[in-house]
Amino acid sequence: MSKIIEGLRYSDSHEWVKVDGDIATVGITDYAQHALGDIVYVDMPEVGDEVTAEEDFGAVESVKAASDLISPVSGEVVEINEELEDEPGLLNKDAFANWIIKVRLSDVAEVENLLDAAAYAKVCEE
Amino acid sequence: MKYYDKLIFELSRPGRKGYELPADKFNTDGLAAIPQNLLREEKAELPEVSELDVVRHYTNLSNKNFGVDTGFYPLGSCTMKYNPKINEELCVMPEFTSLHPLQNPDTAQGALELYYNLQHALASLAGLAEFTLNPYAGAHGELTGLMIMRSYHDARGDKKRKKVIVPNSAHGTNPASAMVAGLEVVEVKSKPNGSIDVEDLKPLLNDEIAGIMMTNPNTLGMFETEIIEIAKLVHDAGGLLYYDGANFNPLLGKVRPGDMGFDIMHINLHKTFSTPHGGGGPGSGPVGVAAHLTQFLPNPHVKKAENGKFYVDFGKESLGSISTFFGNFGVMMRAYAYILSLGKENIRNVGPMATLNANYIKESLKDDYLLPIPGVCKHEFVFDGLKDKSTGVTTLNVAKRLLDYGFHAPTIYFPLLFHESMMIEPTETESLETLDEFIEVMHKVAKEARETPEDVVNAPLTTPVRKLDETNAAKNPILNYKALKENA
Repeated sequence: MSKIIEGLRYSDSHEWVKVDGDIATVGITDYAQHALGDIVYVDMPEVGDEVTAEEDFGAVESVKAASDLISPVSGEVVEINEELEDEPGLLNKDAFANWIIKVRLSDVAEVENLLDAAAYAKVCEE
Repeated sequence: MKYYDKLIFELSRPGRKGYELPADKFNTDGLAAIPQNLLREEKAELPEVSELDVVRHYTNLSNKNFGVDTGFYPLGSCTMKYNPKINEELCVMPEFTSLHPLQNPDTAQGALELYYNLQHALASLAGLAEFTLNPYAGAHGELTGLMIMRSYHDARGDKKRKKVIVPNSAHGTNPASAMVAGLEVVEVKSKPNGSIDVEDLKPLLNDEIAGIMMTNPNTLGMFETEIIEIAKLVHDAGGLLYYDGANFNPLLGKVRPGDMGFDIMHINLHKTFSTPHGGGGPGSGPVGVAAHLTQFLPNPHVKKAENGKFYVDFGKESLGSISTFFGNFGVMMRAYAYILSLGKENIRNVGPMATLNANYIKESLKDDYLLPIPGVCKHEFVFDGLKDKSTGVTTLNVAKRLLDYGFHAPTIYFPLLFHESMMIEPTETESLETLDEFIEVMHKVAKEARETPEDVVNAPLTTPVRKLDETNAAKNPILNYKALKENA
């Protein structure tokens, strides 16, 4: 059973979002890291890049597959988790503690379109 | 020499040579003619070995090879059928091998005739007007096909069409080829059974769509029953249909992509037409087109004049050349031999036998392995790992354990529609006894997973190298001897 954290928002493509003011922290879920297996590379955007909701902003590669990262929100990338460049396996250790990018939201209300923990749990069960 | 595991570099001894060249003929310093700035600063550390060292080294390594000639190879999507030896005998005929592609076509009529006849044999099996045999491999064929798609729209002045629709279950080469061809990929969702979701497709169709890439039967081995409707929708929107011929084997002589509405397709001669997959090549990916697209086929093209003579044509509307000369001719000779040795009637038995073999394995194993899509499959099918998920044994573990029992593993973790995909394709050339042996071993591995899971998790235990550290291999690859020495 994968871990799901209350209070976060989720996409059906298995990304999580934590909103603090107009800054959104984005990562992949425990379910996603488990499905991917050992992650060997994280392809991230650069600080200053624009990301758009429902469009890809990077990719994670595991020994099984390469999978696009789909942005749950729109805005400007203000920070990337550089630790993942050297140690992509951190996502396997704890997918919620190891975020991927931080985004300054262009539309804070957009987050309301995302799933809550209960709705995301249902997605994972399917 | 069962446990031979040396690198050729480890055999090297300073000054050891295979032979010496006569000094009176070869005593010039070849390097003197090369400009200083092009010379390497460090000496290349090439292995210094005798001829016998080299022969033993590579013979011992080749003995470790696993191929269709040594055992069952159920690698899904790859159609690892037997490569008949008569193909090999014919393709080394000196009358063909000693030809030069630039020699006068009047003196190479036999080779041109073979090219022309194969082109038309493939066209009649595909239900299309004409083929080019020039592409070197399947993915090269995909690129060529998409370039034809672009040429068609460009020639009509329809410059807006830059998007190509690809199902999310497609072979990875499809979106990759589209990107290389300068097209943008739009993904269409699959239904749970792997077939295209027509309702998801409809809103994607507009005047920016160049076409759609599909394979039928799809990646899960299921026939796309709505193909006629899909073809109509895409054509009505002004797009073309591209058929990925990777899964053509079960349809051979029975169903034709052209009749389903496809405009362009490639064929993998090294899958459906029994030519070898060996060592990354040579492959061959002929591309066929419907009548309204023949002018865009790549140059050169072989045509037949009214007087019966064959000639090399360079079309003005052609998209240009995509290969040097005519592609991999030896591969074409093998495929032509295969088609002629089966003949029009027997070629119709390929698909049904491949389908029967796949369904026999599927039905025999579905109590131990999770079958996500029930029903009759075509030439291949996908299990979603072991049925009993409580053992913790993964698809990767099962695949490695199969090596211990002398079978090649199926394709694993593809398609991405399931977490533990295991894609099995036996082909038509396997006997009932071989299928039964494989089924028995698969049952045995499932039993081990329940009773002694460590045997499966730690597999392989009997192969020349044991379980590999895949994460470390992907993250810190050691790709040459120098790096190996530095890491030692």
